[in-house]
Amino acid sequence: MDLTYTTEQNDFRKEARLWLESNAPSTSLRSFDTPEGFEEHREWEKKLHAGGWAMVPWPKEYGGRGADLLEWLVFEEEYYRVGAPGRVNQNGIFLLGPTIMEYGTPEQKKRFLPPMASSEEVWAQGWSEPNAGSDMANIQTTARIDGDDYVINGQKTWASRGAYAHWLFGMFRTDPDSSRHNGLTFVLVPLDTPGVTVRPIEKLNGKKAFAEVFFDEARVSRQHRLGDEGTGWAVAMATAGFERGLMLRSPARFQDTARRLVELYRETVKQGVFVDSCLRDTVARCWMEAEAYALNTYQTVSRLIGGGKIGAEASLNKIFWSELDIKMHETAVSLLGARGELLANAPAAGNVGQWLDGFIFALAGPIYAGTNEIQRNIIAERILGLPRK
Amino acid sequence: MEFNFSEDQELLCSTVRDFLQAECTPEQIRALWETDTGRSDSFWMRFAEMGVPGLMVPEEAGGLGLDDRDMVLVLEETGRFGLAEPIVSIAAGVPLLVAIGQEGQPELAEKWLSEVASGRAKLAIEHPRSPFVSDAHVADLLLLNAGDAIHAVPRAEVKLIAQPANDQSQRLFSVEWTPTQATLVAQGETAQRLQEEAFDRGAMACASQQLGVAQQLIDLGAGYAAQRKQFGVAVGSFQAVKHRLANAKVKAEYARSVVYRAAHSVALKTSARSVDVSMAKVAAGEAALFAAKESLQVHGAIGYTYEQDLHIWMKRAWSLDLAFGSGAWHRARIADAVIDQERPAETFGYSGPNH
Repeated sequence: MDLTYTTEQNDFRKEARLWLESNAPSTSLRSFDTPEGFEEHREWEKKLHAGGWAMVPWPKEYGGRGADLLEWLVFEEEYYRVGAPGRVNQNGIFLLGPTIMEYGTPEQKKRFLPPMASSEEVWAQGWSEPNAGSDMANIQTTARIDGDDYVINGQKTWASRGAYAHWLFGMFRTDPDSSRHNGLTFVLVPLDTPGVTVRPIEKLNGKKAFAEVFFDEARVSRQHRLGDEGTGWAVAMATAGFERGLMLRSPARFQDTARRLVELYRETVKQGVFVDSCLRDTVARCWMEAEAYALNTYQTVSRLIGGGKIGAEASLNKIFWSELDIKMHETAVSLLGARGELLANAPAAGNVGQWLDGFIFALAGPIYAGTNEIQRNIIAERILGLPRK
Repeated sequence: MEFNFSEDQELLCSTVRDFLQAECTPEQIRALWETDTGRSDSFWMRFAEMGVPGLMVPEEAGGLGLDDRDMVLVLEETGRFGLAEPIVSIAAGVPLLVAIGQEGQPELAEKWLSEVASGRAKLAIEHPRSPFVSDAHVADLLLLNAGDAIHAVPRAEVKLIAQPANDQSQRLFSVEWTPTQATLVAQGETAQRLQEEAFDRGAMACASQQLGVAQQLIDLGAGYAAQRKQFGVAVGSFQAVKHRLANAKVKAEYARSVVYRAAHSVALKTSARSVDVSMAKVAAGEAALFAAKESLQVHGAIGYTYEQDLHIWMKRAWSLDLAFGSGAWHRARIADAVIDQERPAETFGYSGPNH
């Protein structure tokens, strides 16, 4: 155990910092859940990609930088340090990308990873269906085999980024006689396929953050299958592992929020505004938990570099970061008092609007990527060995 | 940057685990509770043969010459098995003796360090956040404080008043003694620095044990819930029961890396050492307290009995939370560092090497 950075890692940090400080947008982009904001974020992704910083841990041939996961953590720290924009293609680069890396054919890697890294193609998720939410194995959307194609019929819902994305990945039932986890296949679907209809859904703040996607005899090449036919569940669980665990929620994001929360507390006290003394303990606790999350991630990354794999423990992560995110934001809103209610465009809002946005965003955390109740079942059954029934 | 333990460290840990599994069973713990001292000399001698008390003793004094990063996994195992022997005093006291040696008392230090490594002597250590001294009755040498001076006092020169405690594995004493020139080993700023280091090490050792205690409480709860049947099924199949234990597991896992990092900070004397130790004590302490509460509820009435072994670890969770600075005291120390200091506290990784 040696928790100090090597010279190479320090140099890497300097290089990342220098690039980000001179290239990151100085003002916030509009929400990527609006048409204009979506394009602004894609422009930023293009710039990142041109600088070679879009997907730090990917091989260079796929548009990455060929760095290891520790360097990726360092990059993320610097990324949040300058307050660079959210990643509009996170479903692609953080979730599907690593899955393609593991399950894709050489042709698929070549076809899908480079335009993913540059956000030329932005990805939406297609997991849930009206009757397959927490009960994900109840997927009913079918992909009938017809020659070289799948013919898809049914409906997906809560497809994050679905409103503006170009592609969707998800699980479809390819074996009509199958049930539950069997007979499912992981398929990549272009959203401009005839027979595909996207109907955006507005989230709490009225922005089109996700969508329903309807399939009516939509024809997709079988070459767009990821992994073997009928093994969709296993492939999807790998993606879910990335989503619940390491990639989607790098620790710097929470450490940055915790740092801003501490600053907000100090400012509020300095201004002589009323502060409930209990909040002091909560603020310190948030800071501690963000540190704990970072340390846990570093330990996990060390384990992965040493040849380990992400398993059911990703469920521990998901509960921890999603609850921490809410706690930090609700504490901030509480510290803000009356101003905590202001939208970012209110004349008196100053920069408080970001806390409200963050709060609304954080509330979804315990629901998406498998509800926290499902995660607790996984921990109890797969880690603690408790009986399913 | 390497967070993994080495093969040697893992091997040492598994050797100690196997030993404790055989030699520190609930029956043996209960049997010791009924004895006068509550401690076993024969156990301690065998523990010394494995090198545990001498783990941080320098090689020239007969020890293994390792540091807190090697000790942390061993301490975690002693928590998991509910070991009552004075290993926390050793983890805090040995480096203190080493430092006393470096600060001008080499002979005294070397003599006692080699006695500790061989298992023939035990240490007791006083710290500023408790009026009591643990295991003073079995210690051959007591490291006591008189204001900003540290004294090394043989047990024959002190009077002990036993203070029976809720956790039968704990033996607490008030110590009456008179400081003399002969017992003085450090004073002034040096002594203050050594006292703080020793206190942080003691807290760090408690945190390591608390990790093991939390895990044991979760395992006991899960084991019981998997076999206890009601309504014709194992109670562990009910989500209300599963989720209690899952929540306890989340807390325990997120304490783990915090404790390991604190061991690293203590070993390398980093600038953030004290805050890192406090974070470890709070995270592991709260994980253990929470696991105690949830495991008791999962057990139901049987968990509330003296007959069931659960209370061995519940009482450890409660007593360790109050040892070497209560969880509340350490939380306050963290808040002071994070909120009140002009310069923001260092964050792991994120701050970067030069902030």
